[in-house]
Amino acid sequence: MRCAGIDLGSRTIEVVIIEDGKVVVSRQTETGFSPVEQAEKLLAGEHCDRLLATGYGRHLFADTYDRKTETVTEIKAVAVGTRFMFSEADLILDIGGQDAKVIALMPGGRVSKFEMNDRCAAGTGKFLELTAMSLGFPLDQLGQEALKAEKELQINSMCAVFAESEVTSLIGRGENRHDIAFGLHRAIANRAVSMLKRFPVAGARIAFIGGVAINPCVCRLLEEELQTALLVPANPQMVGACGAALIAAQAI
Amino acid sequence: MNRDYQKMWLDLGLDLNAHDSLLSSLETGYRDFFLNRKNRPEEMAYLDFVMSEVHGLRIKELLNAKASGRKVIGSFCVFVPEEIVLAADAIMVGLCTGADFAMAEVEKILPRNTCALIKSAFGFKLSKVCPFLEAADLVVGENTCDGKKKAYEQFKQLQPNLYVMDLPQQKTDIGREHLQSEYQRFLTAVEQLTGVEITAERLRHGIDLSNKKRAALARLARLRAADPAPISGLDALLINQVAFYDDPVRFTGAINKLCDELEVRIRNRSGAAPDGAPRILLSGCPMAVPNWKIPWLIEKAGAVVVGEESCVGERGCRNLVAETGTSREELMAAIVDRYFKIDCAVFTPNPERESHIVEMSRALKADGVVHYGLQFCQPYIIESMPLEDRLQKQDINFLRIETDYSMEDVGQLQTRLEAFIEIIS
Ligand code: SF4
Ligand code: SF4
Repeated sequence: MRCAGIDLGSRTIEVVIIEDGKVVVSRQTETGFSPVEQAEKLLAGEHCDRLLATGYGRHLFADTYDRKTETVTEIKAVAVGTRFMFSEADLILDIGGQDAKVIALMPGGRVSKFEMNDRCAAGTGKFLELTAMSLGFPLDQLGQEALKAEKELQINSMCAVFAESEVTSLIGRGENRHDIAFGLHRAIANRAVSMLKRFPVAGARIAFIGGVAINPCVCRLLEEELQTALLVPANPQMVGACGAALIAAQAI
Repeated sequence: MNRDYQKMWLDLGLDLNAHDSLLSSLETGYRDFFLNRKNRPEEMAYLDFVMSEVHGLRIKELLNAKASGRKVIGSFCVFVPEEIVLAADAIMVGLCTGADFAMAEVEKILPRNTCALIKSAFGFKLSKVCPFLEAADLVVGENTCDGKKKAYEQFKQLQPNLYVMDLPQQKTDIGREHLQSEYQRFLTAVEQLTGVEITAERLRHGIDLSNKKRAALARLARLRAADPAPISGLDALLINQVAFYDDPVRFTGAINKLCDELEVRIRNRSGAAPDGAPRILLSGCPMAVPNWKIPWLIEKAGAVVVGEESCVGERGCRNLVAETGTSREELMAAIVDRYFKIDCAVFTPNPERESHIVEMSRALKADGVVHYGLQFCQPYIIESMPLEDRLQKQDINFLRIETDYSMEDVGQLQTRLEAFIEIIS
């Protein structure tokens, strides 16, 4: 029995196929301008008995690709995926390309409560992307570069647009771009912590997933502020697709 | 929607182009949200007809009534006592404030961070698209939240026949006296406008009409406790919306007929949603026509809305006026008693609302409460935060949503609502 989960996010699309409780396929691509086409390419040549879609593009996919495709929200999908990877997790911090969420799990793994950030991209992957661009770092090295900072600069704005102008004025003042990058990472971490603090964080085992979890600087700052080691999967972007595949498998 | 009323609209001073675009979007919305859905009670045909003639036949009725000397009074809030209006043989219409219109113009007068409901009232006025507003002989504003209170100062410039009613903010003896004296002042104003002396007998008649209408709505509300729910939340919301501008007697008859049908449906276990569909109680800010976004999203996701703890819903139709009084004073006191129980978030403190939400959610066997706050609405949003904590302690699932009339956040809302429904099912 092969079950597939597909996660259509704002930046990337992931497919995970599970056979006999093991992940046998795990692939990713950019979302680009036509998510459904990209998803089709990702699935091409793969046979599966059941397919479950998640992510913000789930309905678009279900409506255009195959009307029989069922959907599940990314909240439930990452909850199941996270528990598969870390059976001890009670809180999930998920920061993706365009949104940030915190999900609380009950002992049995069901979602008890969740929060999502509002419409804007403050404190999400998009914010880091703009930051990398304005500082001239490649996105995948931004975290390492920020860790080279020698002092900490305070960034006041969390809005992606305003932060950019703040960055411009810091550059104008002759500040070092590593230090600026570090300040921006601190801002993201602070925001995530304040979202987490609306949940019982004391003693909680927190999983950190989504594209931003790849960034070593955000991880380190979060661990410092929360004073606990985070549970970060090897590929934090695959959690949603993996969860969707698992749900598909359970339902058979 | 019927367009054979061009001349009537022109005479009312409507802007035909803008009005046409409003009607078109209403039409599309109505088709998608209502007409295209399956399994609706047959008696909803009455509501479909009323909606198709909302700017047509109903306005013609109002104009005919005006020609025969009756007056039309518009209102923005469920605190304006309909009984007094009906007692003077005048017609009361709720003014809908459920869509964005001419926002650029509105934002020249009001700050951007004003709630969508207030902005909507200005939008309809500025773009001359609301025949109810133009047909009204008197429009009643009320001092409730700060937004409305200050906005009426500006609204008065656009609508010179605006009458502002002051309202208490606390449920104290002084508050009650204040409400009483404001209702007395309103009674006098209505008498002056209509030239009718509101006797005890007339007042009793007004109370009787309103009570019957509210009783029909309350009957509908109770029937929704059945599982499977006999009517969708969207249809029920529509009924509560139409209650504000339809003829009260005709409307009451139609709703009672609909309730008869629902009773049969309940006996046959035929629901608007499948058996066991997750049940949601909506709570919070009013949803005026054509604001159908949240129940639409909830029901699209497979759940069913079983109640609205809102002014367009329970808060508007709950509690009847006692009919025991004989003198005008006694009847007025009974009216004040009824309205003074309204648990609107502009009151401070407002503990009744919390207990009523708990009560409703148990009575309607809701699996969860979705709190709907209009962006920038301080009273309801501030109230929703402690509500969330306290209801969760009583094991009631609670989701807070903040939104406006735009469709930009539909994707986000859909994810939140679907995830909430996954949790409660
Ligand atoms: S919410 Fe309050 S102010 Fe608004 S219509 Fe209801 S009673 Fe009036
Ligand atoms: S929704 Fe809130 S802010 Fe808007 S008019 Fe009503 S009470 Fe005032």
